[in-house]
Amino acid sequence: MTETIDKEAVPLLQVRGLTKYFGSFAANNAIDLTIAPGEIHALLGENGAGKSTLVKMLFGVLQPSAGEIVWTGKPQTVTSPGHARSLGIGMVFQHFSLFEALTVAENIALSLDPKIPLTKIAEEAAALSRAYGLPLDPSSHVADLSVGERQRIEIVRALLQNPKLIILDEPTSVLTPQEADKLFETLFKLKAEGRSVLYISHRLEEVQRICDRATVLRHGKVTGACDPRQETPASLARMMVGSEVAAVHRADANALGATLVDVRRLNVPARTPFAVTLKDVSLRVRAGEVLAIAGVAGNGQGELFDALSGEYPVADAETIRMRDKPVGRLGINGRRMLGAGFVPEERHGHAAVSDMSLSDNLLLSRSQSDRTAFLAGGFASVIRHDTIRSAAKRICDMMDVRKSGDDPAAASLSGGNLQKFIIGRELDRQPSILIVNQPTWGVDAGAASRIRQALIDLARSGSAVVVISQDLDEIFEVATNIAVISEGRLSQPFPAGELTLEKIGLLMGGIHDSTHGGETAHAH
Amino acid sequence: MIEAILLTIITAATPLVIAAIGELVTERAGVLNLGVEGMMIMGAVCAFAGSYLTGSPLLGVLCGIMGGALFSLLFGFLTLTLVTNQVATGLALTILGLGLSGQIGESFVGIPGVKLQPIVFPVLSDIPFVGPLLFKQDITFYLSIALIIGVNWFLFKSRTGLKMRAIGDNHGSAHALGINVIRTRYLAVMFGGACAGLAGAQLSLVYTPQWVENMSAGRGWIALALVVFASWRPWRVFAGGYIFGAVGILQLHAQAFGIGVPSQFLSMLPYAVTIVVLIIISHNRRTTLINTPASLGKPFVPDR
Amino acid sequence: MRIELEKRASASSLFQIVSPLLALALTLLFGALMFWMLGKNPGHALYAFFIEPLLEVWSLHELAIKAAPLILIAVGLSVCYRSNNWNIGAEGQFTIGAIVGSILPVLVPQWHSPMVLPLMLIMGAIGGALFAAIPALLKTRFNTNEILVSLMLVYIAQLFLDWLVRGPWRDPKGFNFPQTISFAKEAVLPELLESGRAHWAIVFALVAAVGVWFMMRYMLKGFEVTVLGRSERAGRFAGFSSRRMVWFSMMLSGAFAGLAGISEVSGSINHLQPSISPGYGFTAIIVAFLGRLNPLGIIVSGFILALTYLGGEAAQLSIGVSDKVTRVFQGLLLFFVLSCDTLILYRIRIIFGSDRAAAEGRS
Repeated sequence: MTETIDKEAVPLLQVRGLTKYFGSFAANNAIDLTIAPGEIHALLGENGAGKSTLVKMLFGVLQPSAGEIVWTGKPQTVTSPGHARSLGIGMVFQHFSLFEALTVAENIALSLDPKIPLTKIAEEAAALSRAYGLPLDPSSHVADLSVGERQRIEIVRALLQNPKLIILDEPTSVLTPQEADKLFETLFKLKAEGRSVLYISHRLEEVQRICDRATVLRHGKVTGACDPRQETPASLARMMVGSEVAAVHRADANALGATLVDVRRLNVPARTPFAVTLKDVSLRVRAGEVLAIAGVAGNGQGELFDALSGEYPVADAETIRMRDKPVGRLGINGRRMLGAGFVPEERHGHAAVSDMSLSDNLLLSRSQSDRTAFLAGGFASVIRHDTIRSAAKRICDMMDVRKSGDDPAAASLSGGNLQKFIIGRELDRQPSILIVNQPTWGVDAGAASRIRQALIDLARSGSAVVVISQDLDEIFEVATNIAVISEGRLSQPFPAGELTLEKIGLLMGGIHDSTHGGETAHAH
Repeated sequence: MIEAILLTIITAATPLVIAAIGELVTERAGVLNLGVEGMMIMGAVCAFAGSYLTGSPLLGVLCGIMGGALFSLLFGFLTLTLVTNQVATGLALTILGLGLSGQIGESFVGIPGVKLQPIVFPVLSDIPFVGPLLFKQDITFYLSIALIIGVNWFLFKSRTGLKMRAIGDNHGSAHALGINVIRTRYLAVMFGGACAGLAGAQLSLVYTPQWVENMSAGRGWIALALVVFASWRPWRVFAGGYIFGAVGILQLHAQAFGIGVPSQFLSMLPYAVTIVVLIIISHNRRTTLINTPASLGKPFVPDR
Repeated sequence: MRIELEKRASASSLFQIVSPLLALALTLLFGALMFWMLGKNPGHALYAFFIEPLLEVWSLHELAIKAAPLILIAVGLSVCYRSNNWNIGAEGQFTIGAIVGSILPVLVPQWHSPMVLPLMLIMGAIGGALFAAIPALLKTRFNTNEILVSLMLVYIAQLFLDWLVRGPWRDPKGFNFPQTISFAKEAVLPELLESGRAHWAIVFALVAAVGVWFMMRYMLKGFEVTVLGRSERAGRFAGFSSRRMVWFSMMLSGAFAGLAGISEVSGSINHLQPSISPGYGFTAIIVAFLGRLNPLGIIVSGFILALTYLGGEAAQLSIGVSDKVTRVFQGLLLFFVLSCDTLILYRIRIIFGSDRAAAEGRS
C-alpha cells in the first residue's frame, strides 16, 4: 500500500522549465511535463511544435539550454543516450536509428553492455520478441526488413534494457491500422507491468484511445495538459493548432472528363538492392479526378513516382500514356512539355536544391517547359534572371509563402513554406496533370490544408491529379478515388466514399482479396 | 630463382597490404582519406630520419608510424572538426606530404640507409623453401600479417569494431545511440595514418633502404584502389596486395630479361592493372552498393 | 578545450571574400616560421620569395608564363569540381595534350604553313579531352572511381612521354639527349610583347576564365553544372543528365589541360622532353580551390601560385633554401584555404574547460 502512495508522491519523470535554443530560435520554451509510473502519456503537437527536440533532450541526444529534468525524484543531467538508458529510459525513434548493413542482433547489441556476448543477445531478443508478440529473426539483415519489422527491433532493443519509461516518437506513422492495433496491445502489456510510456503523436483518435493523460505543445510551448478522454477531438485540435484550421472544401461530385493519365501493366525492376520492384501497376486518372494512392512507406511509392515523372523512363513507351500520347520513354521534361507537373516527396535535394535561391529553384523544374520565357540567346541559353525572379515572387504571393528577404535560399524556409512554394511552382503553370508524392509530409496544419485545397481546386478546374500519400486523413480529404500500393503492386481503385479504414488497412497489408482473412502479409 | 622472386614479391606486397588495411579501417568508419600517398611518404622520410639519427632501424620504424599518425591528425582535424571536404583535404594531404618530405629529406639524399634486419625464427626458418619465405623476414612482414588478422577480428568480433561499422553505415543513428562518432573517427583516421607511416617505413628501410624523393611512387593510390578491390574486407586486401605486388615485381623481372617490350610500358603495368581491376570490381553496381560503407565521405556535424 | 561548429543561417558573404585572404596570411605566417626554423631571416626570406620576383620586367614575364597553364587547367577543374566530378589527373591530360599537339612539328617538320600552329593547339586540346574521356567513360559505363583512374593515367602518360622522347621521337642529331627535334618557327607560340618571353598562353587562359565565368553565371549550362554538383537527384528532377555532365566536365577540363600542355611545349620549351611540367596539373588543384572554384578568383590565385614557383627559384639563389619550399608553401596554402572555407558556412566556437555542453560529448 505504501508503494502506491510513494508512486503518487514521486512522479517517474518531472520536467521543469526545459528550454532549448538553436541560435536565437527557441525550439522548446519553458516546458513542464510530469509522467507518473504506469501511465501512457501523450505528447501532442503538430509538425514543428518541438516534440522531437523535447524527447531528444530527455534521451540525452541534445542538451537543454535551461531548465531541469527530475528523474524518480532526483535532478539529473542526461549527458548521453547511454546515460539515459542506464537511468531506465528507452527510446523508439520516428526515423529509425538502425543500421542497414548490420544484423538485427548486432543492431541491438550496440545499445547494450559490451560484455554480453552476441549469441546471448540474439537469444534474449528472440525470447523477448515472442513474449511481446513482436516476431523477429535476430540473424537477418536490417536492409531486408519491412518498416514494421524495423520498428519491432527498436522496441525490442528498448525493452531489453528493462526500462521504466519508453518513449515512442510517432510510431504509427509507418504502420497499417492493423499493425498499429498490435502495437497498442504491446503498449498495454507494458503499462500492466508498471512501466510508463511517453507516446508522441499528432493523431488525436489514437491518443484518445490509448493515453491516460496528454501534454500539448505548440510553437515550443505547453498549451495544455489534460485527460484526452475528457476532451473532444475539436478541443484537442484547438490546443494543438491554436486556431481552427480552414476545413478543406470540395465539390460534391466533379464531372469527370477524358482520361489524361493511363498506365497499363507497368513493370519496373528494382534499380538498387534497396528498391522495390513495381509489378503490373495499372491506373487511370480522368480530368477532374484526384486519385489518391495510399500505402505504408517503402512499398514502391518512390519507384512509382520515378516512373510516372520520367526521372527514370521505362522500357516500353506504351505502358504510360499522358493526354493520349505514349510517354513511357520520354524524360521528365518531355512530359512537362505535354502539360504534366511533378512534386517529389523529398524537398531538400530532390524537389529543391537547399542552398540555391527560390528563383533558381523555380528554374529547376521549368527550364524547358518555360524555355521561351525564362531563357534567351537561343543555343547559348542565357538565363533571364529578372523574369524568373518576378515569377518566383508571383508564386510566393499566390501561395502565401512566408520568407525572409527577397529571394532567399530554399534552406532558410520552413518545411511548410518551402512545400507551398514547390507546389505553387507547378500550379503556376496550370498543369493538366499533376503528380504529387507525400504533399504534406512534415508540414504544419495551416500549410497542409492550403496545399490540399489547392490540389482539389486544380482537379475541379479540369486537371488530373495523382496524390501518393501515407496519411490516411489526407487521402480521405482529397481523394475522388483511392488505390492502395503494397510491395510494388497497386490495388484497383475504389471510390473514396466506399472505402472503410479497415478495408484500406487490409489492402495496405497486401491483402487484395478480403476472403484471405485478416492475416497481413507483414506478420510472420 | 622462384624463391628469390617470391621473396621480392613479399617485399613489394607488404607496404601495399599495410597501407591498405589502415585505409580500410578509416573507410569502415566512414572517412575517405585520399592522403595515403602523403602519409606514406611522410612515414618513409620520418623512418629514414629516425633510423639515421638513432642508428636503430627499429626506432626508425617507430618514427615512421608516429610520423604517419601525426600527419593524419592534420587531416582528421580538418575533415572531422572543421568538416572540410574529404576529397579535397585528402588531396591537400598528399600534396603537402610530398612537399614536406622532400624538404625534410633533402639532407638525406644519397646517404646509404641501414636495412632493417630480418627476425629469424629458429628451426622454422630451416624448413626448405617455406622457411626463408615466411620465417626469415623483417618485422614489417610479420606486422602486416598481424594487422590483417587483428583488423579482421576487431571489425567482426569486437564490440568496438561493431560500433565502428555502425558509424560507417549511418553516423546519424550512431550519434543518436550515444556512440561518439567524432572520437571514433579520429582514432580510425590515426590508425590509417599509422599504417601508412609503417608502410612508408618499410619502403625506406626494407624495400630500398635509402631516401629518394617521391619514393612512394603512387603506392598510396594503389593502396586506395586495393580497398575498393577488397570490397572493404581484410583478407581480400591481403590477396589483392600480393596480386599487385606480383605484377610490380614480374614487370621488373621482365625488364631485366629484355622481352622486347620497352621498359616504360612494363612500368605502366601496375597502374594499368589498377585501372583494369577497378573496372572489374566496380562493374557490378549492386555489390559495390552493398559493400561500400554508406556514410563514406559524407560530412558529419552533430546536433547540440 | 573543444571546437564546436554552428551552422550559419546562410553562407556568410563576408567570409567568402575574407577566407582566401585569411588563408594567405596564415600561409605567410607559417612560411615565416619555417624560414626561421631553417635559420633564415623570415622577413628577408619572404621578401625574396614573394616580392623580389615582382620587381623586374623579365620576371613578370616568367610569372605570366607560369600562371597561364595554372589558370587554364584550374578553370577546367573548377567546372569538374563544381559538378562533383573529381578529375585529379590534369597532369596526365597536360602531358598527352603536349604529345598530341607535337605530332605535326615532330613528325612533319617539313610542313611550313600558318595552319601548323592553330592545328597544333586544336590537336593538343583534343588529345587532352580524349585522355580525360577515359575516366569519364569508365565512370559512366562501369561506375569506376574517377579519382583513382585519372591519377593512374598520370603515371601512364608520363611513362608514355618518356618512351617517346627516348625512343621513336628522339632527335637523331641530339647527342643522345632524350628530347625531340626543336620546333620550327611556325610551330612556336609567338611572344606577346617585345619586352619579354611571355607568350599567348596567358591570353588563352584569361579568355577561358572569362568564358567559363560567363557560362557559370549566366548560362543554363552553368546552372546545370551547379545543380548536378549540389544534388544529383535534384538535377535529374530538372531533367539534367549526370552521365552527360561527367563527359562534359571531364572533357572540358581535359581540353583545357591539353591546350595548356601544347602551349607550354610550343611557347616555352620548343621541344618535347621527359619532364615538361613542374607539377602544373596538381598545383592547379590548389589554384582552383584558392580561387573558390570561381574563374575570376582563379585568375588571381593562378598568379599567386605562379609566384610561389618563381619565388622558389629566386629564393634558391638569393637565400639558399631548396626549391622544395615551394611545394610546402603550396600544400600549406591548400590546407589553410580548406580550413578557412569552413568559416563561410559555420560559426566556430572554441569552448574552454568542461561546461554543460561539453559533457555531452562523452558516452
